[in-house]
Amino acid sequence: MSDAIVEKTEVAAPVLIQVMNQVPAAGPRGESPLHHADLASVARQGNQQGGVTLQEVAFLGHLVIRGSIENSDFMSGAEKALGVALPGPLQSGQQGDVSVRWIAPDEWLVIVPGAEAFAMERALRDAMSGHVAVVNVSGGQTVINLSGANAREVLMKSTGYDVHDNNFPVGKVVTTTFAKSQAVIRRTGEQSWELVIRRSFADYLWLWLQDASKEFGLVVRT
Amino acid sequence: MFDIYCPHCQEHREEEEFHASGEAHIARPLDPDNCTDKEWAEYIYFRKNPRGIHHELWVHAAGCRKFFNITRDTQTYEIKETYKVGQQPTVTE
Repeated sequence: MSDAIVEKTEVAAPVLIQVMNQVPAAGPRGESPLHHADLASVARQGNQQGGVTLQEVAFLGHLVIRGSIENSDFMSGAEKALGVALPGPLQSGQQGDVSVRWIAPDEWLVIVPGAEAFAMERALRDAMSGHVAVVNVSGGQTVINLSGANAREVLMKSTGYDVHDNNFPVGKVVTTTFAKSQAVIRRTGEQSWELVIRRSFADYLWLWLQDASKEFGLVVRT
Repeated sequence: MFDIYCPHCQEHREEEEFHASGEAHIARPLDPDNCTDKEWAEYIYFRKNPRGIHHELWVHAAGCRKFFNITRDTQTYEIKETYKVGQQPTVTE
């Protein structure tokens, strides 16, 4: 990597970007990454009370937005479309059912209800200008909510990151190692965390979480 | 294990999240078509491999996925500082 950065300044022609609704309300049948685990049956047949509750929140709209924090059109446009400002390092924001997570200095992950992803993507594109990107990654990842009195202990078994109250207050979000994979971990409440995991690792991580939660009494909800 | 301060995440993380990418501050010849073979070979192949202070490029692979530089003592493994790409080290000897 070079320290010498050569920048070319060009007046860019308006770029037409083909956007499509990737989370259709009707039409092709969608399957969550954990479809095969039949969580509805697991939830019905399993414990109804326990120290840890796991719930997959499938079919949400995941949008990655990228841009520079020095670009005020990008920052203000994103805030206008989302209804909440883009958060700083390791922070998250929430406005109604729109949530936004800091991922990197120039990258944020927005999660909205699946049916609203297309409208949000267009609203973001309309509101932001400059060197920015919006990518719908809904099909590539899924959300698992982890809650309960022993939820923190499950995290302590799964990640090397310090999840103590002193280091992990409500609203903080970290991307870190989780089991032998990775996850975006966000604390949503005193006893609740949200994990954003990759589709291809969903089965592995679900089995890991099931196993790690067993000793505390696992409740699966749908 | 190193406990590495990521200048982008602004906190210490475990070494497991990072990956070393070799020596830092290696400038690519600005005009590769017209540089000498010696310049190109030095850019591609030749590294300092010092005993003592070394400036290294690392990536926070399992975190923010950004590159940054570390000043590290190759004898003691002590990390002297971490700084963003584009910045200059404050510890040089």
